[in-house]
Amino acid sequence: MRLSRPARVTLGVITAIILVIVYVPLLVVLVNSFSTSTALTWPPPGFTLEWWGKAFQSAGALEAVLTSVQVAVISTIIALVLGTLISIALQRFEFFGRDAISLLVILPIALPGIITGIALNNFFRTIMGVPLSIWTVVIAHATFCIVTVFNNVIARLRRQGTNLEEASADLGAGIWTTFRLVTFPQLRSALLAGGLLAFALSFDEIIVTTFTAGSGVTTLPIFILNNMFRPNQAPIVSVIAVVLVLVSIIPIYIAQRLGKGEEVKR
Amino acid sequence: MTSAHVESRPRRTTARAGSAFLSTHPRTRLALLLAAPLFWLVIVYIVALALLLVTAFWSVDSFTGVITTEFTLDNIIEVVTGSLYQTVTLRTVGVALAVTIIDVVLALPIAFFMAKVATPRMQRVLLIMVLTPLWASYLVKAYAWRSVLSQDGILEWLLAPFGGHTPGYGLPATIITLSYLWLPYVILPIYAGLERVPDSLLEASGDLGGKTWPTLRLIVFPLILPAIIAGTIFSFSLSLGDYITVNIVGGTNQMLGNLVYTNVGAANNLPLASAIALIPIVIIFGYLFLVRRTGALDNL
Repeated sequence: MRLSRPARVTLGVITAIILVIVYVPLLVVLVNSFSTSTALTWPPPGFTLEWWGKAFQSAGALEAVLTSVQVAVISTIIALVLGTLISIALQRFEFFGRDAISLLVILPIALPGIITGIALNNFFRTIMGVPLSIWTVVIAHATFCIVTVFNNVIARLRRQGTNLEEASADLGAGIWTTFRLVTFPQLRSALLAGGLLAFALSFDEIIVTTFTAGSGVTTLPIFILNNMFRPNQAPIVSVIAVVLVLVSIIPIYIAQRLGKGEEVKR
Repeated sequence: MTSAHVESRPRRTTARAGSAFLSTHPRTRLALLLAAPLFWLVIVYIVALALLLVTAFWSVDSFTGVITTEFTLDNIIEVVTGSLYQTVTLRTVGVALAVTIIDVVLALPIAFFMAKVATPRMQRVLLIMVLTPLWASYLVKAYAWRSVLSQDGILEWLLAPFGGHTPGYGLPATIITLSYLWLPYVILPIYAGLERVPDSLLEASGDLGGKTWPTLRLIVFPLILPAIIAGTIFSFSLSLGDYITVNIVGGTNQMLGNLVYTNVGAANNLPLASAIALIPIVIIFGYLFLVRRTGALDNL
């Protein structure tokens, strides 16, 4: 099969149109964050920096960012530890039930968030009698973040093989020394990639969060959702949205630097 | 590697003894590796899911609001026979199917262009452009479409000169927004699937006289079908459980997720909410069961 020139051009045009549609809504939010209209009017009747100033002085927004960072950092650390352990187990050992475990890791992200959310809500409140708090959010987030670390680490383990580890063992290094000096340095960039994805996933999560957050816990997504429908807050939400998109460029950049020929696995 | 101490004879420490024991006992090593993650996943997740199933058969005392742990089929019967639940289930499945079809139709040409037409440099740029929105917040994207679709929004402004109008907030807006949200999740597996189709197969088909369409239909399509199905699992499953997007752009429409959320929160009826949540669970597992033979699950 050889694609004719018109076919190639058509495909290119379709691709370009889809990408434009992907980016236009984000640009609209950018412009709206400078608009004098509070009702998402297009074209903007005028431009102002008022919302940007207000957003950065909003105590609620700053507190929400802090809460989200806390939740994301702790969940990511848990996910890094558990995800690494489970990928070593599944990659380096052959045993009964291996496929079931790998399905178990994927399940929290393959099932709709609402199911994970209500299952955990029910588990904490009805079964365990634990009141919802920031910790119930952390437990929920860590559970679905394991898979991002798992995907990245297991791909790396598969590629690097066991030669170096065997050499290290032959030279007399114990299991712990081999892990610390041989396996871990090779995993480092995979851990960074997986950890970044886990952090981003947790930072952004809203559905499971609404089911597992205590009444006093406001993560940034919850803050955005609460303020989106308030008429005078909409422009501030636009500002937060723009900042979030800009901040998200950092992990993309790091992932690309790490990537250089290898892909980051979601 | 940094400077490691070289010793003529290893010291006998407990760490060494443990290490020696572990290197000759792989099963113990495996057990230690698996203990913590399995404990977490089984206790936090599997037990929670199983208990969700159990809770669906309990009930709430309508006076005290306390959960009675006595077996009853009332919730299940209400969910299966209640017209509200039937309507909302059909609506939710309809939305999820529409979103999935739209995403596959959009993802196929863009993935094909990326994998088979674009130069390697172009390919990298396109991959970044497709991946970047994944990092942008879910709420930001839903909110962006709220702005685009609003009565005074950019879509109305663009379409008005041609006599068109924005669909406003409602089910079409929900379908558009959900398709937008999940598109990268569908593009990526299909792109990866197409990357694995060797160019030599396409050339062979061309040499044997295969025209473009027959080649796509008879050679490319069967090879990437598992990847397409993997993509549909994402868009279908994510749409089925969504209730935030429909809140933001769906007007007054409800999806299954809204019914679950209302019963957990305002109505404080966890058993009924659990029973409603079983609907998407059954549908998703049914779908996974249907497609498991195609090898799609390895493409997730």
